[in-house]
Formats: sequence, structure tokens, C-alpha cells
Amino acid sequence: MSIILNKNSRVLVCGITGGHGSFHTEQCIAYGTNIVAGVTPGKGGTKHLGVPVFNTVSDAVKETSADTSMIFVPAPYAADSILECAYNGIKVIICITEGIPVMDMARVKKHLNNLKSQGKNIILVGPNCPGVITPGEAKCGIMPGYIHKKGSMGIVSRSGTLTYEAVWQITNEGIGESTVVGIGGDPVQGMNFVDTIKLFNEDNETRSILMIGEIGGSAEEDAAKFIKENVKKPVFAFIAGKTAPKGRRMGHAGAIVEGSAGTHESKVKALKEAGITVIENLSDTGKIVSSVLKSKV
Amino acid sequence: MKLVEYEGKDLFIKYSIPTAKRYGVIKIGEDISKLKIDEYPVVIKAQVLAGGRGKAGGVKIAKNESEAKEIIKNMLGMTLVTHQTGGKGIKVEEVLVEKANDIEREIYISVIMDRKISSPTIIASKEGGMSIEELAKDKPELIVKMPVDVETGLMDWQARELAYKLDITDKSLFCEFTAFAKNLVKVFINYDANLVEVNPLIITKEKKLIALDSKVIVDDNSLFRHKDIASLPDRESSELEKEAKKIEINYIGLDGSVGCMVNGAGLAMATLDTIKLAGGDAANFLDVGGGANVEQITNAFKIILKDPKVKAVLVNIFGGIMKCDNIAKGIVEAAKNVDIKVPVVVRLEGTNVKEGKEILKNSGLKFEQADSLWDGCKKAVALCK
Repeated sequence: MSIILNKNSRVLVCGITGGHGSFHTEQCIAYGTNIVAGVTPGKGGTKHLGVPVFNTVSDAVKETSADTSMIFVPAPYAADSILECAYNGIKVIICITEGIPVMDMARVKKHLNNLKSQGKNIILVGPNCPGVITPGEAKCGIMPGYIHKKGSMGIVSRSGTLTYEAVWQITNEGIGESTVVGIGGDPVQGMNFVDTIKLFNEDNETRSILMIGEIGGSAEEDAAKFIKENVKKPVFAFIAGKTAPKGRRMGHAGAIVEGSAGTHESKVKALKEAGITVIENLSDTGKIVSSVLKSKV
Repeated sequence: MKLVEYEGKDLFIKYSIPTAKRYGVIKIGEDISKLKIDEYPVVIKAQVLAGGRGKAGGVKIAKNESEAKEIIKNMLGMTLVTHQTGGKGIKVEEVLVEKANDIEREIYISVIMDRKISSPTIIASKEGGMSIEELAKDKPELIVKMPVDVETGLMDWQARELAYKLDITDKSLFCEFTAFAKNLVKVFINYDANLVEVNPLIITKEKKLIALDSKVIVDDNSLFRHKDIASLPDRESSELEKEAKKIEINYIGLDGSVGCMVNGAGLAMATLDTIKLAGGDAANFLDVGGGANVEQITNAFKIILKDPKVKAVLVNIFGGIMKCDNIAKGIVEAAKNVDIKVPVVVRLEGTNVKEGKEILKNSGLKFEQADSLWDGCKKAVALCK
């Protein structure tokens, strides 16, 4: 088992013919992901990287039974692309695109909530995220595949390259990963920490969990509460942004401390109180995880 | 993008939100003679991006022309230090001159994006004037929260409910307020704001509603569809930060001595934290982005080196989208173009890392290579001492 993505996922790529879309689709295919279709309006009927391209998601789903999508559409049009997938039968939507206006995402969330109340529960990962990888099975995203190794740790993160750093250490310790989920750095997003950790908690293959958070918002605090009440598996956490100046946007739109909310201090406090092992030095991630897990055996 | 008071009020005026009568804005080098003032007293307000201006001497009342002249002369060019400027001050370059109003009541109202519910939300309190943080601490029971549908906007019944909750029952004021609240939400949604705050919203002795102050922050991601906002001056960024922004490099100047070039915002933040753990302080936050090319790396280098505080540079790249050999080529090219007088520590990991390390090694230039983030931070900090 794994979460969200596996070797049976039938993946559709929105924006497959663009520069980024094209480059990363090729990498995903090379990793073994089952990419069944691409969508670029106006290019329907053609083939790109050997993958059939359609004008609409509706056509692509009808012809290929795609159930998962990966979005590379430019920011001004990406929210619409998410909705096109949501309204046409895609169950898992992974949006890589960075820079989508927050108001657009608020509209997307409203529609996803409406669909949910009709019984259509759609998973959205991102936007502004590296994607999802289930090592050895499939990768839907922009992460370098080779740093991963099939294993037992579920990793969820608000960042991209920061996740690679942690993954690389977990891989080198021989622990490996069940699934790695990049939920993205935007203030309004699809899955949050709690949603993802819930799935990891129910997944048999995932035996420990690493959460990589950052300053801003209260998703880490919410996760701490959830973990304390529901999770028996060992949980580790790292929070970036301890030294970030207040009120400045540190790259990610969501990584901003406003007033007294969302500070590094409040997050670490909540996590520690929930019994989570908090990693202070990112470079020690592998070592700490390894020694704690060994002590529990 | 943070707007100063009068820019925010320009948006209010467009949406029929009542503001105090404006006589004009005066910049350094100008004086009050350019304004036609028909009635005193007037309020003179420093136009800076910080709250708490009043207490710091950035808001003053003038009873006549000579007083106004004196106040404006002193205020323009002064350095304003408020509780929100983080110890440093902000230079006052513009002042806003408005008609003074007699205040009967002050109300707090703002619209924010509530991350928890992914929805615009009104935050209000029948007692205004102090900051929302103070309000939340002192009188949390007075704070009203009302989620707003992002597609419909504030509905009539919500506006009415809000008016009752804020004790606005006077008949003529009631309709004025409900229209105001609906329009404030329109400003928030139509301008893709992260925050629209009116503090205080006042009721005058003449029973008029006036948005006495404005704080508007527009989502940077949305500027492509708000050309009017995008063309306003960027008052938050330093010259160096603006230069970086122009070439799409995410740079924020800090106080330390280790210059940093990192790919990805999260890793960049974590790198600053690790430098601190290694006993040093970063000179900047810099995210070269996912798809940075050789030219962009070169430019990033130039920007970092323009900061005279930088005593060593740490390049920390975990190559995913950006391959390590491209980074290495960028570093070598930059080193050839720019006169680098400080030591450079490079830590590469990821796609094509071997090729990247080879390029650096064979470049004929002197780079200190590091094998891990911790190794790189320790080396860079040591070189600064």
C-alpha cells in the first residue's frame, strides 16, 4: 500500500506540451509513471512524448480512463484547469503550478467543497508544490526520482527542495519512504497536514511519519492536535523559518508571520506537547529519525 | 504588495466608500502652497507602511496654515519609529492632508483570507482605534468573525447582521454601513487583496460614516491582472530587493554576513536557520527559483555581492528542476564576470551532481566545496570570522 498515488494510477498531464510540462512528463515516464494522456486546448489529436493529447479533460477521461492529473498550466489559467479536472471525473489532482492568485484558490476550494457535499470526494495536492511520489511505483511531480527509496516513512511537506534534503537523508539511512507528499507553500491549498497524516496513519506500509512545516498559518498546530489524539506511529517534524524576519514574505506566499500567529516558537511548542520529535538542525534529520526508530524496536 | 494609506483610499473612493475630504498629498521638496485648503483644522499623516503612526508623531492636526507648514516641514524627511518598524525607522517621503473630523465612535473592521476555511472573512469589533492584536488580547469577546462567500460577496442579511452586532442602529447610519461593508468586501475580492483593513471606521458627530484609515495588501500573485496596482511604487523593498525582483529573483536583505544563494524558498529559509545554528548570520534570503538558467545564477551572484556586509557566500543547491551542472556553469561564469573578493562555499546535491562538482573543480577558480548542508554552513560561517 501507499497513499494517493501508486503504479495503477492512470495519469493525465494538463499543460503537457509546455516547457516545464514536457520536461517533467518525460522524467515521470522514465520513472515508470503510467502517463495515459495529455491535455492542451488546440492540440487535441496529436501525440506528445508518445502520449495522446486531447483538447479537453472530458475527452481524455472518456478515451483513457485517467483518474489522476498533474497540472503544469501557467498560473493565470491553473485554477480553471483544477476545476476542469474536478468536474470531469479526476479523483486525484496534483497541481505543480506556482503563483496562482489566492482568490482563485478560494474559488476552487468552494467548488471542491460543493462536490464533496454531493459525495464526490476529490483529493487536491498543491498548488505550488513538488508533487507526490510513491518510490518504486510512480512519481507525479518535479522531484528527482533517484533520491527516493521504497521504504516505511511517510513524508509530508510544505516545501520542495527542503523535502529533497530530508528525503535524501532518510534514503541514506536505509529507511526509505512509503509516499512523499508535497502539499505546497500557498496559504490556500488542497490537502493539508491533517488530511495527509490521516492517510499515512491508515496506511499499513507507513510505519513512521515526517512532517516538514514552515512559519505562517496554523496547519502545524492543527496537525499536532490531530496526532496527539489519533496517531500511534512515531512522528517527526522540522519547521523552517526560525530566523525569518516578521511580516516579510519568504518566497512562499504562506510563509509569513502576521501579528503573533504562525511563529516558529508556537509551532514547535505545539508539536513537542503532542509528543512529536522536533528536529532543530535539518542536517540531523536522518540521524535522529534512525536512532529514535531503532530505540523503539 | 502593500499600499500606503492614500493609495488604499483611492481604491475605497472607486468603490464609493466614504473617506475624509482629501486636500492632497505632499512629497519631499513640495509644500502646502500647492494645496487649496478651504477649511481648518486639517490632519497631516505620514504615508509609511507601518501602524502606530499616531503615537510615533506621524499624525498631527494643524489649526491654520502656518501650523500646517511647520508640521509638514518637520514631518517630511523624518525617520518614523513605531512598534511595527522593528527597531529601525522608516523615512517619511510623503504626507497626506485631509479635513479633520470630530469623532463620536470608532469601529474596527477588516477583511482577511482565513486560511483555515479557505474563505474571505470579515473581522470586526464595535470598539476600534487600537490594533487587532491588542483587541484580541484585551477584548476578545467583542470580536466578530463572519465568513464571506468568495463568489457572491457579502450578502444583505450578513451586512445587516454585522450592523446589529456592531451596535449600529441609527436609521440613516444603518444603510450607510451595510453599503459600506458590502463595498469593502468588493474591494477585497475584486483587487485580490490579502488584507483590507479600516481602523478606525468612524462615526462623526454629524452622524456620518468615514473610513479614517486604510491598510490594503494586494496578493503579489495577482498583479498580472491588476496593472493599476502593479504600476504603484514598491515601498516595501530595498533598492537591491527591487533590482532582484525585476530579474525574477526572490531576494530579501538581512543583517548578517553570510551571503546565500539557495534554490527553493523552504530550503532557503532552512539554510538561514542552519547558518544560525552554525554560529553565524545570513546576509540575505535568496531563492534562485526552480527553473533558473545560467544568466539568472550570474545575476543572483551579482546581487548578493552588492551587499557590502557579505564576507563569504554559501551556494546551497539541491537540484531537482535545476540541474547541478547548470548551477556550476552559472557560478563559474559569474565568478569570471564579477569580481568576487570573498570566499565562495558551494554545496551541490541532486541531478547531475558529479558533473557539477567536476565543472567547479576544473574551472581554475577557487571554490570551497561542501558535502552537506551542515558542512557548507560551518565552512561559510568560519570564513566570515
